[in-house]
Amino acid sequence: MKAFSALYRRLDETNKTSRKREALVDYFRAAPPESAAWAVFILTGRKIKRALPTSLLRAWARERAGLPEWLFEESYQAVGDLAETVALLLPPAANERAWRLPEFMAERVLALSTAGESERRALVEATWNELSAPERFLFNKLLTGGLRVGVSEKLVIQALAEVAGVPAEVIAHRVTGDWQPTGAFYHALIARETSDALSGRPYPFYLASQLERPESTPVFGPDWSAEWKWDGIRAQLIRRENRTTLWSRGEEMVTPAFPELEAAAEALPNGCVLDGEVLVWNNGPLPFGALQRRLGRKNPGKTLLRDAPVILMAYDLLEYLGADIREQPLAVRRERLRAVLSAVASDRLLLSPALPAESFAAVAALRAKAAAHGAEGVMLKRVRSPYRVGRVRGDWWKWKVDPMTVDAVLLYAQRGHGRRAGLYTDYSFGIWKNGELVPFAKAYSGLTDAEIREVDAFIRTHTVEAFGPVRTVEPRLVFELGFEGIRRSTRHKSGLAVRFPRILRRRTDKRPEEADTLERVLALLPEAGSDPEAGR
Amino acid sequence: MQPNDVIQPTAQGLFCPRGNFYIDPWRPVERALVTHAHADHARWGCDAYMVASEGLGVFRARLGSEARIETLSYGETRTINDVNVSFHPAGHILGSAQIRLEVDGEVWVVTGDYKTGLDPTCAPYEPVRCTVMITESTFGLPVYRWPDPAVVFEAVNAWWRENAAAGLTSVVFGYALGKAQRLLAGLDATIGPVYTHGAVEAMCEVYRAAGVSLPVTRRVERDIRLNGSEGALVVAPPSADDSPWMRRFQPYATAFASGWMLVRGARRRRAVDRGFVLSDHVDWPSLLAAVEASGAERVGVTHGNAAVVARFLNERGRTAWAIPSRYTGENDDDSSASAEETGGAS
Repeated sequence: MKAFSALYRRLDETNKTSRKREALVDYFRAAPPESAAWAVFILTGRKIKRALPTSLLRAWARERAGLPEWLFEESYQAVGDLAETVALLLPPAANERAWRLPEFMAERVLALSTAGESERRALVEATWNELSAPERFLFNKLLTGGLRVGVSEKLVIQALAEVAGVPAEVIAHRVTGDWQPTGAFYHALIARETSDALSGRPYPFYLASQLERPESTPVFGPDWSAEWKWDGIRAQLIRRENRTTLWSRGEEMVTPAFPELEAAAEALPNGCVLDGEVLVWNNGPLPFGALQRRLGRKNPGKTLLRDAPVILMAYDLLEYLGADIREQPLAVRRERLRAVLSAVASDRLLLSPALPAESFAAVAALRAKAAAHGAEGVMLKRVRSPYRVGRVRGDWWKWKVDPMTVDAVLLYAQRGHGRRAGLYTDYSFGIWKNGELVPFAKAYSGLTDAEIREVDAFIRTHTVEAFGPVRTVEPRLVFELGFEGIRRSTRHKSGLAVRFPRILRRRTDKRPEEADTLERVLALLPEAGSDPEAGR
Repeated sequence: MQPNDVIQPTAQGLFCPRGNFYIDPWRPVERALVTHAHADHARWGCDAYMVASEGLGVFRARLGSEARIETLSYGETRTINDVNVSFHPAGHILGSAQIRLEVDGEVWVVTGDYKTGLDPTCAPYEPVRCTVMITESTFGLPVYRWPDPAVVFEAVNAWWRENAAAGLTSVVFGYALGKAQRLLAGLDATIGPVYTHGAVEAMCEVYRAAGVSLPVTRRVERDIRLNGSEGALVVAPPSADDSPWMRRFQPYATAFASGWMLVRGARRRRAVDRGFVLSDHVDWPSLLAAVEASGAERVGVTHGNAAVVARFLNERGRTAWAIPSRYTGENDDDSSASAEETGGAS
């Protein structure tokens, strides 16, 4: 635990990738395999079953620190992180003890999920009393569902590759999917020979890069192929040894949530891995909102299966007849994919059509029609490219439809978390309805650090009212918000809900009276069908 | 606050009608009594200032040679109209003072910024008994509990030693007035040479002239270049971070010394290699202890987490209220971003 806590400090202290990597390599070189396995597990963001509700953790910590509830909340608002708040508020440890990571995880973290209520409290309080402040923070983080360390999985993989002397791609595949953090796993992870037992595991996903300057990027012509960019869940459907698994891009096994795909996959040959997008489908894709009803819902009921049926829109084949074919050109993989799917002939496993990409104009024309096809843009892929690992620029590009935009007025603000802890960075925006501003959307990102500071200072000096952590501010600042979709909602005051709202820029040139009205925004609804720029 | 209170909040800042003077006004006024020389307390353009004599040098450096500055030694009393005024050490920076006013047997104390922890570069805080205390609350939340400064300095020196061994120059950021000198006084100067940014060195000269002992420092002149082999440590104001001025030190490691470094979010936002928790303000326990020791019947809370501290004191049976401040100073980014222009410190 001391060594891992020291590693955490080294990782947290620097924002230089080279230093982080150095810290990881040092740690993995020195750590015993069982500890290293746990470190990989934690650092790659694998979820530990949440041992207790955070409400209990709060209550116990508050009592230990002897603070009224409101003061605990004020502290939390200022710190922006529950685990850290608790670590800072507890009295110092009376009984420090040197734990090894695997025993600590087993006896103090995993043990909590099987312990009874009173046992759990005794265990947590005893642990707090045994740990130094930094270790205590880690412990709280593990209890509250995960430690984000500011290292990417890629960096952990690179460090492991360096320690093991094995290519990073091999390590990447080995850490993908479901595994237990044991010494044996760690040995297999850094082993030089590559005859892995990978039966249920997906390949690392290849991710497309954003096409920033379509006019000047050479992504058109005979070497390129286009596809619709579907708005669903990226997933790999794996059929091996007569078993089916479905993995989402977040590397979660989601097979039980989509029984219709599991059933359809039975027709696939063994040793076959499809890459594609899970979509709710009814003669065409339904908006993402429909898919949200299926997410995280294990073993969905009949009604849901009927109302929101899903398909896999496949666009790549990564493994065929048990062979990893990721190094073969896209054109070859797609041809195989077409053959596989036509042999299966399932109405659940569809082929995402290849579209012409001969020129900028042709693709731009496609993109203009994307919304009509239920897509959120177009993808451009180099026909000779292999299937790479992670976000490697150059072969796969996504060119999304421009977001819808609305000019809205800042109404409420709350303090942020993490790097933005303590600063007012969580904003609610309003638009005009019958001469009144009604809340319309929340947005967090999109401003530069300097802009955040400016807006933060404005909020502090123009607060009309503070209600708990939420400040109502004078309605003076106008922002342009972008979002990907809009639908009616009974849960929102404006009667509208937007998808992926974000701040595009501050409109210092606009006065609040000039912000958009509800009528103008209603015209953006798909059913309105009118020109969204009308009424501007 | 009540209408016949000795001190009234006004648009210009805290005002004493009986004495016809302001304390730490944020706009130019006729007469200002000033607790300390950070620019969010000592503003330009007043007709006359009154400060603690121990702070004259720093006030001169900040307010200019033209300013009319009257001084009073710590503990000495002066009657202004019918208000008895005296200054008492606040332990914040060199010459910092709490201002005590006595009218008709009622005693008011304005603490200004203060700390009760050890600091060899200024006179230690002295508790002053009073009827009404007006306290700052920059770090007025129970999460703020300072580590022992001796332990922090050990960590600073250990970090410097490691960097020196790794061939890196150590650059520590801290406010030019106060924090920088406290840092310098805590260094183990046997590790290597110590350099200072011009803004820091100017204040060091004032401190040395006032008899504060600091290690030997070299001003970073235009032609100075380091390459890490010297094992040097540089003390610079936060505004130097990420500026072209830093290029001369490559390769280097950076650190920031401030009370805000206790919180991870603030540390990460600063994006330095290391954060050292070193504050010149009271933390939560010492704020409560100072209120206790004052014996005050009423407590006005300003500058920071005023509402939180006032509510907490009220729940503990004291009469307390929050006094609004023009300064947003409740947050690190405000104070750190503007600190160099304003001289404000944390």
